[in-house]
Amino acid sequence: MVTITTVETLQEAAANGGQGTAFLGGGTLLMRGVNYGDQDVSHIVRLRQPQSLAGVSLEGERVRLGACATMATILRSTDVAFLHAVARAVGGPAIRNMATVGGNVYAPHPYGDLAVALLALDAKLRMSDGSEMEMERLLATRDTETRLIESVSAVRPSGDDFRFLKVTRVKPRGASVLSIAAWLPRRAGRISGARIAFGAMAPTPVRAPTVEAALEGASLDQNGIDRALQSVANDLNPPDDSLASGWYRKEVAPVHLKRLLLGQGTR
Amino acid sequence: MSKTPVQFSLNGSPSAVFVDDAQNLLDVLRRGVGDLSPKYGCGQGTCGSCTVLIDGEPHLSCLTLAETVEGRAVETTNGLATGPQLHALQEAFMENFAAQCGYCTPGMLMAAKALLDRTPRPSREEVIEAISGNICRCTGYEPIIDAIMAASGQPTRRTG
Repeated sequence: MVTITTVETLQEAAANGGQGTAFLGGGTLLMRGVNYGDQDVSHIVRLRQPQSLAGVSLEGERVRLGACATMATILRSTDVAFLHAVARAVGGPAIRNMATVGGNVYAPHPYGDLAVALLALDAKLRMSDGSEMEMERLLATRDTETRLIESVSAVRPSGDDFRFLKVTRVKPRGASVLSIAAWLPRRAGRISGARIAFGAMAPTPVRAPTVEAALEGASLDQNGIDRALQSVANDLNPPDDSLASGWYRKEVAPVHLKRLLLGQGTR
Repeated sequence: MSKTPVQFSLNGSPSAVFVDDAQNLLDVLRRGVGDLSPKYGCGQGTCGSCTVLIDGEPHLSCLTLAETVEGRAVETTNGLATGPQLHALQEAFMENFAAQCGYCTPGMLMAAKALLDRTPRPSREEVIEAISGNICRCTGYEPIIDAIMAASGQPTRRTG
């Protein structure tokens, strides 16, 4: 039997954690588990007014997304137009009205395409205790993390510095065979400080440090990206699932990364 | 098992039910208030056959925790017709042979209603986008798209 606790604040929600507890975001993954009798969940904690954490706001060169902001919220906001293609890649319209930013950060493989984008955009998380943490750190420890996400702050990229690509078998709304997000700041036409993140290539979204290093100082043409394409396999160890084998994912990753970097595959 | 009282508007009329912990909205609609129009398809948010409108926006009722609709407006296919007068979408689905087994139809209708309420004369691409979360395994999608275009007063691909 699953019990429900309804609370008023994020801090109250965090205080209600414990073994078997899950926090309700949009419910797109949690309620699926409940419907199918997921024995890991015995207690659901939900916020009575999640809208209080559903805002999108600008903070200088960054943007802040509330943990309960939905993909539909993102699509309605011109401030985060650079994330529209990412939000549109998450489910159909009904899913996008429900799926939240916070839920996406916790989504297991092969879900969490928005988290891939946020990881590439140097996301920092404000937690329920007021502290801030790097998204990579949360992704590495999220199974044991007791605090909850209040909001996510990400870089606002300029021009075509940000690119995103999602590969699915079921068009148009399937789960990811893989997804790639790239933030490619340039100085004098050369890449400087690139961040590349992959989805569906590990239990959580992951960065590709070898690829990033290979792109440093490179130009965005075939010659410039060759070394990065050759090094992709060093950064990835994808699991098998019903959509694709890990071997297949690793084989096709350079192909899709090439399309993304050359501007041929952005969505 | 505890029960939680939930009050919401269903197709414009007030509705009050006691829901079980973790009960989803689809179950409450079908078993709690007897509205059998939203269908249970996959239970995992893939097929769209349980789509209802909550505050005018499409949601998957199988993935909606029932108590979260407290104070909100829920619309189902049962509320489309006005007495004996079918909704324009229902008429268009019949005229364009957009249903065979009918299982996906309520979800398709509600996804289409949300679109037409927001965009009365959508492009074909907007119609395709609006029903992209709904699976049909009988007609194929073209008659459904034609029907939604027709309901918006625009020509379908096969007429003209």
